[in-house]
Amino acid sequence: MKQYSSFDILGPIMIGPSSSHTAGAARIGNIARKIYGGKITSVRFYLHGSFAETYRGHGTDRALLAGILCMDPSDDRLRDSLNIAKEMGIDFEFIPTVIKDAHPNTVMVEMDGENGRISVTGSSIGGGSIVITRIDDFNLEFTGDYPTLITSHVDRPGVIAKVTEIIKGCDINIAFMKVFRHQKGKEAAMIIEMDYTLPDKAIDEIKKIKEISSVMMIEPV
Amino acid sequence: MYEFKTGNELLNLCSAYNKSIGEITILYEMETSEKSREDILLKMKANLEVMREAALYGLTRDIRSVSGLTGGDAKKLWKYTEAGHTLSGTHTAMAVAKAMAVSEVNASMGRIVAAPTAGSCGIIPGALLTAAEILNSTDDDVINALFTASGVGITIAYNATLSGAEGGCQAECGSAAAMAAAAVTELVGGSPEQALNAAAFSLKAVMGLVCDPVAGLVEIPCVKRNAFGASNALTAADMALAGITSRIPFDEVVEAMYRVGKVMPYELKETAKGGLADTPTGKRIKEELSGK
Repeated sequence: MKQYSSFDILGPIMIGPSSSHTAGAARIGNIARKIYGGKITSVRFYLHGSFAETYRGHGTDRALLAGILCMDPSDDRLRDSLNIAKEMGIDFEFIPTVIKDAHPNTVMVEMDGENGRISVTGSSIGGGSIVITRIDDFNLEFTGDYPTLITSHVDRPGVIAKVTEIIKGCDINIAFMKVFRHQKGKEAAMIIEMDYTLPDKAIDEIKKIKEISSVMMIEPV
Repeated sequence: MYEFKTGNELLNLCSAYNKSIGEITILYEMETSEKSREDILLKMKANLEVMREAALYGLTRDIRSVSGLTGGDAKKLWKYTEAGHTLSGTHTAMAVAKAMAVSEVNASMGRIVAAPTAGSCGIIPGALLTAAEILNSTDDDVINALFTASGVGITIAYNATLSGAEGGCQAECGSAAAMAAAAVTELVGGSPEQALNAAAFSLKAVMGLVCDPVAGLVEIPCVKRNAFGASNALTAADMALAGITSRIPFDEVVEAMYRVGKVMPYELKETAKGGLADTPTGKRIKEELSGK
């Protein structure tokens, strides 16, 4: 069972009106932006369930876009994000849709820009908590509550140990860890949620592991 | 050492260490987060400041929600209260106005503290900020009282739910009122037992309250439920401070609230398919908004 903090109960500080439809949406946008990394020129939000039905009244649209503009859920500018994005020359669109078997508050964020097209799917599961469930074609699961390391690698024995060895070398504790793969021996992904952020040096070391094709360190939102 | 999951465990800690619920909750937070007292108090102070700003904003500015459904009622009540002819008493009316103010600020995409949720964010600031003004409390005292509120909220989170989708409005605005009632009781100098009695009264008052937001938005009836949450909390605190006790202990009230929430139909748990959302006017509002 989750251990509650006083600040889970009183908090977060956020722009209203809804922790799941506004604050959670901003967090999904923010994480999607971090996953993208580079400059974004256009973004489409495919809204599912309650997100699709009430996104205007709850400001889910503004919150998602604010996240894409790197704002956090308590940023005053959140409510003006549509105008801010226009001024910055970022095209955006909100498209109600149906995503199969998805949580009622789910969005697929499809971003285009200097790194090509990347899509990130996330759900807002209540109280501002979120879960990211898909990046491009890869199903996975992480919350964005912790510094999170995401690698993609070839599914071979020993890769996981090499990564955790480097993390251990930094004296950083792993809170949660999950490994996913498409098929035995093929493309796989690792999600490691830690108590502290890995130093750049350690990330460079992980990048050098030959089975690993990409490494992302995502700061908590 | 300071860990608690129920109201009874909280009371035992209070009596073992001869401390208030607020103080035990601070010690619990220090222990579980491994942060200093100073850091924790500062973090709560940030919450207090946002609550104050939101209340002031809602009472003095002309605000309107994104949908246009709510806004301006807090200011109306504040003006009426200032004229000095309230029936429910100036303090109650002030607390209610502040609760509505914060709730309206939330609906207008302003900055608030989820307390415990965004939908119920006006109740604790409404009741507590008003009590603090009456008592001339220091910020330190009010911050302590916010920990009282979160201590009580923690026990509800463990043993029931704080989510309208899971337990109806009783779980959101009911819990907020219970937390506010306990906080105000300790702020006045009441005992931990009195604080939990007050919390029990507040929850009992709204047991069974459904979550039926018109058009699915945190506006109708949320702003007004926040209003009544604040008056509920002040009334409950007065009753407890008078020495009245809850015949059903707080923990059992929380459990009962949870069970009531469990059997509450899906239509009445934030789905906007029942209650006020399902009235002719509620449905008309929804249609009008979707045409926008």
